[in-house]
Amino acid sequence: MGHGGKPIPNAGSGGDAVVNRIAVGAHYGLKDWLVQRVSAVVMAVYSVGFALCVLPRMPYGFDSWRALFAPAWSKIAALLFIAALLVHAWIGVRDIFMDYIKPMGIRLTLQIGVILALLVYGLWAITILWSF
Amino acid sequence: MATPVVKSRPKNLNLLTIRLPLSGIVSIFHRISGALLFLLGIPLLLAMLQGSLANAESFSHWGALLTTPLVKLVLFALLWSFLHHFCAGIRFLLLDIHVGVKIEAARKSSLWVMVVSLFLTLVAGVMLW
Repeated sequence: MGHGGKPIPNAGSGGDAVVNRIAVGAHYGLKDWLVQRVSAVVMAVYSVGFALCVLPRMPYGFDSWRALFAPAWSKIAALLFIAALLVHAWIGVRDIFMDYIKPMGIRLTLQIGVILALLVYGLWAITILWSF
Repeated sequence: MATPVVKSRPKNLNLLTIRLPLSGIVSIFHRISGALLFLLGIPLLLAMLQGSLANAESFSHWGALLTTPLVKLVLFALLWSFLHHFCAGIRFLLLDIHVGVKIEAARKSSLWVMVVSLFLTLVAGVMLW
């Protein structure tokens, strides 16, 4: 996943390996890898559960469709799905940028744009779910 | 001090002459479908959620919008993206826990990913059209 920091042999005076870290790179740990998988499982569970609940009772009218998202636990489950989706999208899109966008300035600009968009999506989701 | 080894192995990065194995195709489709879901899927999902929940008028407005052929085509593309991303993702999760890592099993599972995601898209497509 992404680029690891490349060690530069004998870069320090004492021959210590210095790791060349990039500000717009990955965070060089297991964390993102794990978050990507945990968020995937959260979304998979919600998607399958949602499909099993909804598909047998098709088609929906406005009232029955709204009733589906009315209980607090349903709103929270939907928001949990969306939170997992946004985190998952961030890591995925960042990995794509790290592979194809080499100039640091452009990559940073794109990353900031994506983060802002995802934050807006998250806030938007909250207002949708708790507006009724 | 060890002398660095000079690597001069031949490289072929010409996309037109590279023949990707099936698991490679599954992998690049995973990336393409993910990008599509981010660019189009998330905003459309939220717009539809808002439109369908706001009031009875916007509910029927969105319902009518979803019957136009162009919107349906976009939805099918996104539906395939979701199903492919889902199936390929499950395959990757299984590979992570060392299920089906041997080359024969990996080839077979990538074929399954293609077949199942296309089949489910077709079924959903017939149901929704």
